Amino acid sequence: MFSGFMVNAWIVASLAAVVGGAVGFFVVMRGASFVAHAIPNGSFAGAAGAALVGASTLAGLGVFSVGGALGIGLLGRRSRRDVATALTLVFMLGLGALFLSFSAENSEAAYSLLFGEVLGISSNEIGPTLVLSALGLLMLGLLWRPLLLDSVLPGRAPGRRTLAIELAFLLLVAITTTMTVPVVGTTLIFTLMIAPAASARALTARPGLALLLSAAIALMTVWGAIALSYTTNWPVGFFVGSLGACAYALSRVAHWSSGG
Amino acid sequence: MQALLHAIVEPGFFADGAVQIAATLGGVVAVVAGLIGVFTVIRSQAFAGHALSDIGSAGGSSAYLAGVAPLWGFVGISVLAAAAMEQIGVQRARGRDVATGIVLGVGFALASLFLYLGMTYHNSSGEIPTILFGSVFTLSAANLPLVIGLGAVALLTTLTLYRPLLLASVSPELAAARGVHVRVVGAAYLFALAITVALCDLTIGAILSTALLVGPAAAALRLTDRPHRAALLAAGISLACTWLGLLLAWDSFYWPPLRHGWPVSFFIVTLVLAAYLAAGALARGQTKRG
Repeated sequence: MFSGFMVNAWIVASLAAVVGGAVGFFVVMRGASFVAHAIPNGSFAGAAGAALVGASTLAGLGVFSVGGALGIGLLGRRSRRDVATALTLVFMLGLGALFLSFSAENSEAAYSLLFGEVLGISSNEIGPTLVLSALGLLMLGLLWRPLLLDSVLPGRAPGRRTLAIELAFLLLVAITTTMTVPVVGTTLIFTLMIAPAASARALTARPGLALLLSAAIALMTVWGAIALSYTTNWPVGFFVGSLGACAYALSRVAHWSSGG
Repeated sequence: MQALLHAIVEPGFFADGAVQIAATLGGVVAVVAGLIGVFTVIRSQAFAGHALSDIGSAGGSSAYLAGVAPLWGFVGISVLAAAAMEQIGVQRARGRDVATGIVLGVGFALASLFLYLGMTYHNSSGEIPTILFGSVFTLSAANLPLVIGLGAVALLTTLTLYRPLLLASVSPELAAARGVHVRVVGAAYLFALAITVALCDLTIGAILSTALLVGPAAAALRLTDRPHRAALLAAGISLACTWLGLLLAWDSFYWPPLRHGWPVSFFIVTLVLAAYLAAGALARGQTKRG
């Protein structure tokens, strides 16, 4: 389980889990689950497009997740955000359907993109993942106070500043997406961002502690998922989704029994 | 004139059997989605609507695995998921975002497992794109009575509740003060939404289901404030996008790369987005003038 090619998977997955859990804290604080679902899901089109033109999957995912983030941020500026998110998502998926119909992409490859394939992670993915996770954590550190303030008391900052904070947050989700897709697949990244963070929030009200707890729960979820996937050969995404839901249910029970 | 018409509509469009069925079924579903969607947008439940349709794909794949007709998988899972969301707290504004996300996560986890098992034991990975993206051109006329029946159930539920639902959507406090059972009305609407979404999933696929539910309704609500006018407008936009999309997909058979039609979903989604943006521009122009 820890030999040779699996080492790459453990490293990449651990980095993805820590960043995903940390960014997820803000996803839950801002009530942005739909965004956290839409950007990864839509970036599927980027991978399909990259396969079509022969570019690297990571580049395609990056371009489409950043494009999706900008689309949601700008479309949602003066209208309902959930509508803007839904329309950006379906448009990206429509493009994905188009790319997929042009390329001779087999559905096994599409499946691993959608639901994750740990065994397919190669050592040359470690470099980009390290850079992206450093970038994500750096952004998170720099934006910690303004982002926290804007999430707790939305609309306090002047209009232009609010848009800048919103776009920065969306870019954080895009970065997390780009580095996590190869491990977990496009469909279940958002579970990694929502379930650990929602569990952490049920356990503590202190923001710093909740962020660390969220990252820790995400790490445990991913480690458990990889180990279980390795032994059963079932898809990683299935275990990430179920373990995440279990963590959430347990934290709710703990919250409820402590009288909160 | 004849030549121009042929340039726009490639010959054979109206005579083709698959197109006739797709236009009829797609049309019925588009109208139902447009009408129901107005409440989805007013109630800010776009995420719930989308989540239900994605979870429906889990139902579709499980039904496929069990060898049951996909329709019952779609309808069963959607209604079940709607009940779960209702239970965890879709009604409370604060909790519903996470509740929807958690239920959707479980749905996806199951979908990935079922698809994997399907691939392993039935050796049938070709089904994935069909389940995820749907295809209007592969429908059969035998589905028509069922589609109309389910659409009628969803529409009747919404129409019966029209006034209390509207009040509960715009101002829950006022509705409660007037004696409306806000929670019951909300749950009934979620049920209608689940049926609509299952219907859309089955006929036009998960992508288009969200597009037609949210896009036309949001566009209509940018143009008018009156709910019933918005509902009719949304149904019209939805129908126009669907039929125009079908026409373009038929034409695209002669576009590069040759002899390989472009997917219908791409056209319909693009048209829906264009309608939404155009409605926004139109509304802004009106406020400037008025």
